[in-house]
Amino acid sequence: MLRIHCPYCREVREEEEFGYAGEAYIARPAAPEEVDDAVWGDYVFHRKNPRGWHWEQWQHVAGCRKVFVVKRHTVTYEIAGSWTLAEGKALYLSEEQS
Amino acid sequence: MANRYSLWSLIKHGLKHHESWQPAWQSPTPRNKYDVIIVGGGGHGLATAYYLAREHGITNVAVLEKGYLGGGNTARNTTIIRSNYLWDEAAQLYEHALKLWEGLSQDLNFNVMFSQRGVMNLGHTLQDMRDIERRANANLLNGVDAVVLSPSEIRDIVPLMDVSSKTRYPVMGASFQPRGGVARHDAVAWGFARAASELGVHIIEQCEVTGMLIDGDRIKGVKTTRGDILADKVGCVAAGNTSTLAKMAGIRLPLESHPLQAFVSESLKPCLDTVVMSNAVHGYVSQSDKGELVIGAGIDSYLGYGQRGSPHIIEHTAAAIIELFPSFSRVRMNRQWGGIVDVSPDACPIITKTRVKGLFFNCGWGTGGFKATPGSGNVFAHTIANDAPHRLNAAFSLDRFASGHLIDEHGAAAVAH
Ligand SMILES: Cc1cc2nc3c(=O)[nH]c(=O)nc-3n(C[C@H](O)[C@H](O)[C@H](O)COP(=O)(O)OP(=O)(O)OC[C@H]3O[C@@H](n4cnc5c(N)ncnc54)[C@H](O)[C@@H]3O)c2cc1C
Ligand SMILES: [Zn+2]
Repeated sequence: MLRIHCPYCREVREEEEFGYAGEAYIARPAAPEEVDDAVWGDYVFHRKNPRGWHWEQWQHVAGCRKVFVVKRHTVTYEIAGSWTLAEGKALYLSEEQS
Repeated sequence: MANRYSLWSLIKHGLKHHESWQPAWQSPTPRNKYDVIIVGGGGHGLATAYYLAREHGITNVAVLEKGYLGGGNTARNTTIIRSNYLWDEAAQLYEHALKLWEGLSQDLNFNVMFSQRGVMNLGHTLQDMRDIERRANANLLNGVDAVVLSPSEIRDIVPLMDVSSKTRYPVMGASFQPRGGVARHDAVAWGFARAASELGVHIIEQCEVTGMLIDGDRIKGVKTTRGDILADKVGCVAAGNTSTLAKMAGIRLPLESHPLQAFVSESLKPCLDTVVMSNAVHGYVSQSDKGELVIGAGIDSYLGYGQRGSPHIIEHTAAAIIELFPSFSRVRMNRQWGGIVDVSPDACPIITKTRVKGLFFNCGWGTGGFKATPGSGNVFAHTIANDAPHRLNAAFSLDRFASGHLIDEHGAAAVAH
């Protein structure tokens, strides 16, 4: 059972209150008219699916209903933190660069 | 040379107090180079190696397994076998596998305990029943056996099931595939391993692939925990761990790995002689030859490689089973476990070449690949041997996620196991 902190409610609640909403920060092609089917296919279907740390979206469905981001380890299920989408993005991008 | 199993060999070795049996498969030291390396010693990987040797004459083959044979989903699954899929491509692929199951014990000279006790998919709403009628008709057109049952016909087959109108989700009918059933999962891994080993295939356990040796656009071999091993062709059949292997070759795949759980009860007297599945209350159950109830349900919604699942899924599943079988409420559960399943966007497998020449993937079987084991190995061996897909898996290549030609079995094929 995961215990997840909702950055809006500012409370740790049990997994059953939340809905998993997939990999976070998947960038939509910036020039949609110019890219080919392979690029679109990658955007729509292909996923990182890492064995390790994963940035993912969760929705507090039985609470405030807001979507936020969690950094979680997919083997140990350890949670490094949860943030609003905007807060998390800065952190995510700085990690991607390093 | 492995022993040939027969009544005579049983008597002969029995007279020698069963001390003269040979190991079912050899454990050789790896060669420096093979024609084909198969990564993953689950049922699918072992079947691939077997058919490469038997149907294509390629015997200089190694199967590399990071753990032990059958330690993955092969022996963690609930062994439901059926071929009643909705779409033509899927129905034909799974039916190919079902036909191979029907002769497999003889073919391998190994009893895989394939038992065609039938598989029942329940409908609880009018829409369920319309979908069932549609799927049964599609199945018949594809040469797949299918019947639609009424509640009273269900009661005749499964007297313990509550088909009254008093339940919260009344049973309105079911589709039934009489040729479906179950098999003994670890016997499938052992049977393919033994038959492949006899044809000269090297089965190498405790050997994890940690990297790909790629020269330009061509595969050269793999890095492993037992050193580099060269090969002309490499086929990856690693179920939940496929994305990790793909990443080693710089390939992205449309897969997500999730934990899927199952549990079994203490042994009971025979009480259920078919497989019952329900999509609406979401649970399924069969009884093993040892008498245990084998119960399973859905995946955890999130990514996970932890080979365990969330407790609330178990609670939900148990509730569904008791809704259908009130008398099971007193049965004690013995064991619970999880496996990592590789789920694709359309709930169909990906059996494919890649942009790296000589590198092939067979994955995305998700929650329902056990039933396909012989068929999957058979068409994958063809794909590797000919460097081109078999007629039955041409539609299952990776480029469908760029072309948009998905084979959408999600929701179409009742519970996806
Ligand atoms: C709980 C549960 C219930 C299920 N129920 C059903 C069912 O009723 N019917 C059905 O049809 N299907 C079912 N499935 C799905 C089915 O089990 C899988 O689709 C199928 O077993 C996958 O193919 P496999 O047997 O080859 O996989 P596995 O047995 O998982 O084989 C993959 C192997 O690859 C190895 N490997 C991974 N990475 C590496 C590496 N880097 N180097 C070397 N080796 C590696 C692993 O150790 C593993 O042994 C179920 C699955 C689960 C978990
Ligand atoms: Zn909240």
